[in-house]
Amino acid sequence: MREIHVDAIQETIARLCIEATHSLPSDVREGLRRAAQTEKGPLAKKVLADLIANFEIAERQMVPLCQDTGTAVVFVELGQEVHIVGGNLEEAINKGVSRGYGEGFLRASIVKNPLTTRDNTKDNTPAVVHYEIVPGDALHLTVLPKGAGCENMSRFANFLPRAGKDAIVEFVLRTVEEVGGNPCPPLVIGVGIGGTAEFAMALAKKAIFRGVGTHNTDEAVAALETEMLTKVNALGVGPQAIGGITTALAVNIITHPTHIASLPVGVNIQCHSARSKTAVL
Amino acid sequence: MALERINEREVRLSPIITDEEVRQLRIGDHVLVSGAIYTARDAAHKRMCDTIEAGGELPIDVRGQLIYYVGPTPARPGRVSGAVGPTTSMRMDPFTPRMLAAGMKVCMGKGNRGPEVRQALEKYTGVYLIAVGGAAAMLSQFVKSIEVVAYADLGTESIKRMVVADFPAIVMDDCYGGDLLTEGRRQYRDQSTLGSYVPSERVVIAAG
Repeated sequence: MREIHVDAIQETIARLCIEATHSLPSDVREGLRRAAQTEKGPLAKKVLADLIANFEIAERQMVPLCQDTGTAVVFVELGQEVHIVGGNLEEAINKGVSRGYGEGFLRASIVKNPLTTRDNTKDNTPAVVHYEIVPGDALHLTVLPKGAGCENMSRFANFLPRAGKDAIVEFVLRTVEEVGGNPCPPLVIGVGIGGTAEFAMALAKKAIFRGVGTHNTDEAVAALETEMLTKVNALGVGPQAIGGITTALAVNIITHPTHIASLPVGVNIQCHSARSKTAVL
Repeated sequence: MALERINEREVRLSPIITDEEVRQLRIGDHVLVSGAIYTARDAAHKRMCDTIEAGGELPIDVRGQLIYYVGPTPARPGRVSGAVGPTTSMRMDPFTPRMLAAGMKVCMGKGNRGPEVRQALEKYTGVYLIAVGGAAAMLSQFVKSIEVVAYADLGTESIKRMVVADFPAIVMDDCYGGDLLTEGRRQYRDQSTLGSYVPSERVVIAAG
């Protein structure tokens, strides 16, 4: 049994919040640089150049990549050999978020009561935390600051079990086309296929930070990712929906076994500022 | 002169803006915004429109003004501005026709507008600009000062007076019914790759 103190967790989360909001992952940077080369539209090319300038300036001048520093979505992969000591795990995560958003001069965007008063909690807590218990004695912490502009454009649908891939491709195309410029294209599109309703949505979120330029290990699923990306980019929506051939940088699919009567599909839309940062304790 | 033409597709625009100047702007034009503008998001729009309905006086004079949909991050000590990228404009759609009726000439955000806003832009001679969404650090370089002028209790959603110099934007919807989203898709859509997929006539009515 390996012991990890909550203080180390709090400190790590605070650091991840600041780093994730200022420093774009290298795979996303590469994706944007490639797109700037291949894009045909002159206005779209200019927008992509602005996005490249943005991640360079954000890191150099320590200004957040985006003013929407997001909901702090935290993925925890806890090794089953780990014993958390010194306090409560989720409390440590939230203390880390509070500290990170304060010390990092990040925007507090969380309201306590979603329906009635909508008072801002002032420190961006609480985080949305997903837990997974895994073998081993390590603790993986991933912070994904998720902006609302793109998160609000996410969708879910249940298909007939034999609807087939074409129906899913059409669902993704329709989603991307109808949300237009709201989620700040070029997008990273996470698709979760299988499981149950809530599980497919969680898979879709997880698919986002698998990385731009990566593929599912299943060949048929990888081929579907390529087909979807090609078709999404054929829509002509373009960066910021001003027209162009770069509407998405990646479509990442994760599948999971499902019920004989089900084919649930979750789509999580991520803007070009596909921020995430992982640490291993 | 609040509108200065740099070249055929690029202008410099400073409030106070007139109908005559709005009429010179077409979709796809580059606009460099300079001078004093105001910021407002959902909560401030709700309050302003409630005030208009109640026959009260607005805390700012919106006539000829540009309103930027933004909720900045706090500035680090020693810096003028935090990150100042645009927020999703569609959330302001229910309020925009009333703001245009009250004399606002230009609004700036990101994403598409619904038909009621596009019609109101024609009716009241207004224009909708987009700043590059998610380019908030880059955009912070064009901000010279920010001060809260109304609704301070709303925090990041308060109304701020922001002085900018050559803040870059693009005309998304003009006062002639032109819409860059529709035009862009028409120009760059590759239907042969899309096969049997039928283009959606409906553009964004998802919440958000």
